[in-house]
Amino acid sequence: MTETRTIKISPITRIEGHASIAIELDDAGNVADSKVHFQSIRGFEKFVEGKPAEELPRIVTRICGICPWHHHVAANKAVDRCFGVKPPPAGQKLRELIQTIAQAEDKLLHFFFLAAADFVIGPDADYAVRNVIGVAKANPDLAKKVVQMRYKAKMMIEKFAGKAIHPVAAVTGGFAKAMTEEDRKLMLEGMREIYDFARFTIDFAKKDIFPKYMDAIQSLGVINTGFIGTVDSAGALNLYDGKIRLMKADGSYTDFDVQDYTDYLGEHVPSWSYGKFPYAKSWKEGFSLDIDNPKGIYRSNTLARINVADHMATPAAQEELEEFRQLFGRPAQATLLYHYARLIEEVYACEHAIEMLEDPEITDPNVRAEAEPKAGRGVGCVEAPRGTLIHDYSTDDNGLITRANMIVGTTHNLGPINMSVDQAARSLIKDGHVDEGILNKVEMAVRAYDP
Amino acid sequence: MAAKVASDWLNACSGCEIAIVDMGERLLTVLDLVEFVHLPALMDHKYYGQMGDGAHLSFPEADLGIISGSIKNEEHLEVALEMRKKCGAIIALGTCATHGGIPALANSWSNDELFTRYYSTETTDPCDAVPADGVPPLLENVSALDEKINVDIYLPGCPPHPDQVFGALAAFLEGKTPELPTKSVCDTCPTKREGKGKIGKLRRFLQAPQYKGADEPLDQMRCLLEQGILCMGPVTRAGCGGDGVVPRCISARVPCRGCYGPVQPGGNQRLDMLNALASNGIDPASLPETVSMLRFSGGHGMLKPARR
Ligand code: SF4
Ligand code: SF4
Ligand code: SF4
Repeated sequence: MTETRTIKISPITRIEGHASIAIELDDAGNVADSKVHFQSIRGFEKFVEGKPAEELPRIVTRICGICPWHHHVAANKAVDRCFGVKPPPAGQKLRELIQTIAQAEDKLLHFFFLAAADFVIGPDADYAVRNVIGVAKANPDLAKKVVQMRYKAKMMIEKFAGKAIHPVAAVTGGFAKAMTEEDRKLMLEGMREIYDFARFTIDFAKKDIFPKYMDAIQSLGVINTGFIGTVDSAGALNLYDGKIRLMKADGSYTDFDVQDYTDYLGEHVPSWSYGKFPYAKSWKEGFSLDIDNPKGIYRSNTLARINVADHMATPAAQEELEEFRQLFGRPAQATLLYHYARLIEEVYACEHAIEMLEDPEITDPNVRAEAEPKAGRGVGCVEAPRGTLIHDYSTDDNGLITRANMIVGTTHNLGPINMSVDQAARSLIKDGHVDEGILNKVEMAVRAYDP
Repeated sequence: MAAKVASDWLNACSGCEIAIVDMGERLLTVLDLVEFVHLPALMDHKYYGQMGDGAHLSFPEADLGIISGSIKNEEHLEVALEMRKKCGAIIALGTCATHGGIPALANSWSNDELFTRYYSTETTDPCDAVPADGVPPLLENVSALDEKINVDIYLPGCPPHPDQVFGALAAFLEGKTPELPTKSVCDTCPTKREGKGKIGKLRRFLQAPQYKGADEPLDQMRCLLEQGILCMGPVTRAGCGGDGVVPRCISARVPCRGCYGPVQPGGNQRLDMLNALASNGIDPASLPETVSMLRFSGGHGMLKPARR
């Protein structure tokens, strides 16, 4: 080996979105540099300008077809604030309910469709079988159950709220329609079934999957960073509302109101990626992706949320969190633990959806307050599956958008994803030896984040 | 022998791929009948070979290519051209692929304007130059697929309903051309129409439409347009309700915004809607803006940067 060469992994597969990896090897065949290129830029910040603010919740959903409910709800919260309208309690609850069900459904998708093949079929298996099709052939009963559960969740949302992908039912001032007693019963029954499946999934993973990959978990893509997530006033994980908690790698943290996010977060523009890299501006240490000495770097998404939370608000999820913390501490840093954290959140999302469906107020017919267009500014935020999602809008007197800034869940993790990929590449590729299995393991460091 | 299928997403949000996954158990049937040879959302086949050292973008041959998303950068174009070469038939999946979709709203601005805004938000650190290393350069416009390659089968919808995705695949596998509804959303809408009312003006969707409550069947509610709320049903292709037929947004008591694109392939949703309003005596100036009427169909040169 005497030449430098670049290995191009394009596209990164079994993730949502468009990205590629370039790994540069030096003349000894060791990694000199690796970069993740995020390939797409669409310009939502610009092209929403001039549009009536109340239409944004139906436009910005197209940022992502996997988590449109989260964009839909965050956008509605921002518009409510611009127009100074407060949704009635039942309107808020319906938004939260569907957003929570969408969380539950998304985690099944990610775990089984995008990630599981690496664990169930094995990271070194041939690419032609290392996918959900392979999983379906290897374990047809499980595959059938998974598609049934997701279908159930999706159709439940569609039946009640019209569209499941690119939703429309949350509106300025609340929700477009009230829930009938019949809807409530059906959804409650459905969610109980999905909850049972969530319990089955986490038990299955703890018994048959994670123990087999303990070495990989402790080594693949491991980096040391801070974390971000939303907690309620008691410090419990919350996916819908609360204060933002920004935690340093040593576990110390600050809580802030999302309306003040610009004081805490900045975005760095790299030369090699359309995606910007958010960092903790308030730590006043600048920005660096150096694996041994990162600056300003924090992570979002499942592992981040269970790290920043003091506890889980529901009993079964709390039990799971305690078990997890005993094994991995707080904050846990190992990147593949995102998958474990995902399943804990899955249990929480199901439990919480059931709680909400058992709340009699959920069928209150008063779901929407009237609004008037006016000038204002509002920041709307929820926890999307991939992280803290921030929509910040300003309107003119006519209620048309004059300015928008959005920080999408995955964006927070773009820097950390680069670091994890670099770490994985450096530790796996030695003396020019590369094979398909190794390259797939590098990609697994990306898939954990579920970008 | 199973039909070989290749699928890729271009300037897309992945909603169309999720619509495929959302077929439920029918997905397992499809997986039995087709052999996917390329599908980045769910399988690991790579453009440059599995070892990352192939020199050219390469695709396996396939009977069918399913493409979602529009074309906005050089890589999208390259992939679309390559798939056209390697696939027997091409399905344009979703309104981005058939008409440009929401991302084609960008066509109202130049790339410079898009970049300037994106790289100068209140949270963004000042930067010297737009990123250019390892990322595909943008093309001037967002184009629908058929502006760049021949398309055999059109399947609009943002996203298309899973029932329709399944129907189209099943038809293709039987050697038939999938049939699309040729009606408008209004033609499949159960709401009550009482003829030309005296609306005169439209109002913004900031108050709830009138109906008796969540228990009241949809066919008892008066048409939203007749209630003075802009609804794009008259100028939008039917089908979003899937086998259940009722338009999805209307079933949630919110107006249609046109996500299946124009009823006729070359139709202009804004022009057609403005005509429909005018012929019903409704003043389009009562709306704060009308560009949004093309929010799903800004490809095919429908939206252009204003001279500023
Ligand atoms: S048509 Fe809609 S769902 Fe499909 S890729 Fe485009 S924006 Fe996403
Ligand atoms: S205008 Fe809208 S509400 Fe009225 S009939 Fe058409 S689709 Fe239905
Ligand atoms: S009612 Fe209109 S906007 Fe809504 S899903 Fe149907 S076609 Fe799309």
